[in-house]
Amino acid sequence: MKIRGFAWKYGDNIDTDLIIPGKYLDIGDVRELARHAMEGLDPDFVSKFRPGDVIVAGRNFGCGSSRENAADVLKELGVGAVVAESFARIFFRNAINIGLPVLECEGCGKIEGGHEIELDMRSAMVFNHTSGSVYRAGSLPDFILDIVEAGGLVEYKKKSRR
Amino acid sequence: MGMTISEKILARAAGLPSVRPGEIVECAVDLAMTHEGTAAAAQKFFAMGGARVWEPGRIASLLDHWAPAHTERIAGVHSLIRSFVAAQGIKNFYDIREGICHQVIPEKGHVRPGWLIVGTDSHTTTYGAFGAFATGVGVTDMAAVFLDGRIWLKVPPTIRFVIEGDLGPHVTSKDVMLYLLGRFGTEYATYKAVEFAGGTVRAMSVSSRMTLTNMAVEMGAKAGIVAPDDKTLDWLEPRLGFRPEVMNNDTDAVFELEIVINAGEIGIQVACPHSPGNSVPLHQVAGRPINQAFLGSCTNGRLEDLAAAVAVMGGRPVAPGVRMIVIPASREVYREAMGMGYIQALSEAGAVICNPTCGACIGAQMGLLAPGEVCIASSNRNFKGRMGSQDAEVYLASPAVVAASAVAGLIAGPEEVAGK
Repeated sequence: MKIRGFAWKYGDNIDTDLIIPGKYLDIGDVRELARHAMEGLDPDFVSKFRPGDVIVAGRNFGCGSSRENAADVLKELGVGAVVAESFARIFFRNAINIGLPVLECEGCGKIEGGHEIELDMRSAMVFNHTSGSVYRAGSLPDFILDIVEAGGLVEYKKKSRR
Repeated sequence: MGMTISEKILARAAGLPSVRPGEIVECAVDLAMTHEGTAAAAQKFFAMGGARVWEPGRIASLLDHWAPAHTERIAGVHSLIRSFVAAQGIKNFYDIREGICHQVIPEKGHVRPGWLIVGTDSHTTTYGAFGAFATGVGVTDMAAVFLDGRIWLKVPPTIRFVIEGDLGPHVTSKDVMLYLLGRFGTEYATYKAVEFAGGTVRAMSVSSRMTLTNMAVEMGAKAGIVAPDDKTLDWLEPRLGFRPEVMNNDTDAVFELEIVINAGEIGIQVACPHSPGNSVPLHQVAGRPINQAFLGSCTNGRLEDLAAAVAVMGGRPVAPGVRMIVIPASREVYREAMGMGYIQALSEAGAVICNPTCGACIGAQMGLLAPGEVCIASSNRNFKGRMGSQDAEVYLASPAVVAASAVAGLIAGPEEVAGK
């Protein structure tokens, strides 16, 4: 599985209330909910984000709540993948479970906003086509990659129960 | 080589003689806890091809995040959940009256030492105060647990905080946790289990220990744990109807780190906006005017928390212009607090007493903040925008500091308002 897109660069500790504040969680429709994604961090995010682009962040991305809506709204907006120096564990699991590719990559701090990057999930490599750099990411076990490639745990389970 | 409590629980749940940190194991879940997340989990469960949940008696559900329903849509979510639990034969269901999951689930006897518990809430780590391995998951993971009661987990290494010595006056387990977060940071324990040990923890009540394990997730931890002792068992016995077996660390258990903390170096702490890790000694922020004081949540909404607040307020009213919101964590806490006269005292002081709910803590259906407003809260997170406006500020502190600040109208310690 390969993902290629332009980077949107954010810092450390992007928490679940920044990704989607609790006050909106009573909105049921994910499309409507997604209109508020990242609004406390970057008011331009929703209007300017182009489907297929990739979020590149610092440490502890997705810390805080177990709300799966945080991963849902990013996927709904067409986020191709999230690459971060590190992730909070519940967000990481949730992203995998809804089929949003995530890679943990120590070197991704060198990627700048607007750089065109490519992720190879199976080999856990991140290529920066703008700067020519290559970064090694933390590799994921095959069964987890299978879940992501299936489009998430619902599809994966559906298939495996057939 | 011996195992830690967490490793022993995961090995047992995985049906293996032993496990090591870093191993990925498939475990049988002893209890699955769900709140309003039940609705989305149920939807995904059916989408996965599920028809009947694996074992209805191992699921405990309740409604706490938006209780009572404040919109027609949430009323619909609650209605859907009631139908689902009835159809699936899930008898451990608690409707809106009972309170916050992390208080109600142990109170109702659904937590046992040595159990593996997963819940659709990040503060599921709270149950570690009873010697369980308890961790938060999303609704899709929960849907898969509904199917077959199994989940894959990576065995975490354990960081052990050994806290020794007496805590100073008005220094509580909340201050201990805020101190640890300030000193070690909010990702210090990511993917790891955190054990709280030592004489200081032994001396704490079960309720105080729950505050530690509750906020272990604020350090990134997968689980927070306190080895059970007689206090734990005395608390559990009347609720379970028997005295449960416990699991403890092997004498040769291997910890990734063991950090000894001198309780004497911990003072009253306040976490400044917008992270629980921005924790500083009280004097650095004392004097900051507040608009709202919030006493409640799964972190600090228990009887001893309300008692501490009432004692600090000492019959003095909430300062003019300040809103004090009090939310007992459960109906049990609420009724006990009534019996003790705490509810009466808080109401007479001018506090607004709400029904047990997550409510204000997550900025759900009540207690939200306007732009520019400042709140001091006994809850667990002060992320930007968590309690309403992105331009509001939330400071985290112990119930005693919240109460003192409510009376003073500005951030203050209990000793500053005493005798005024």
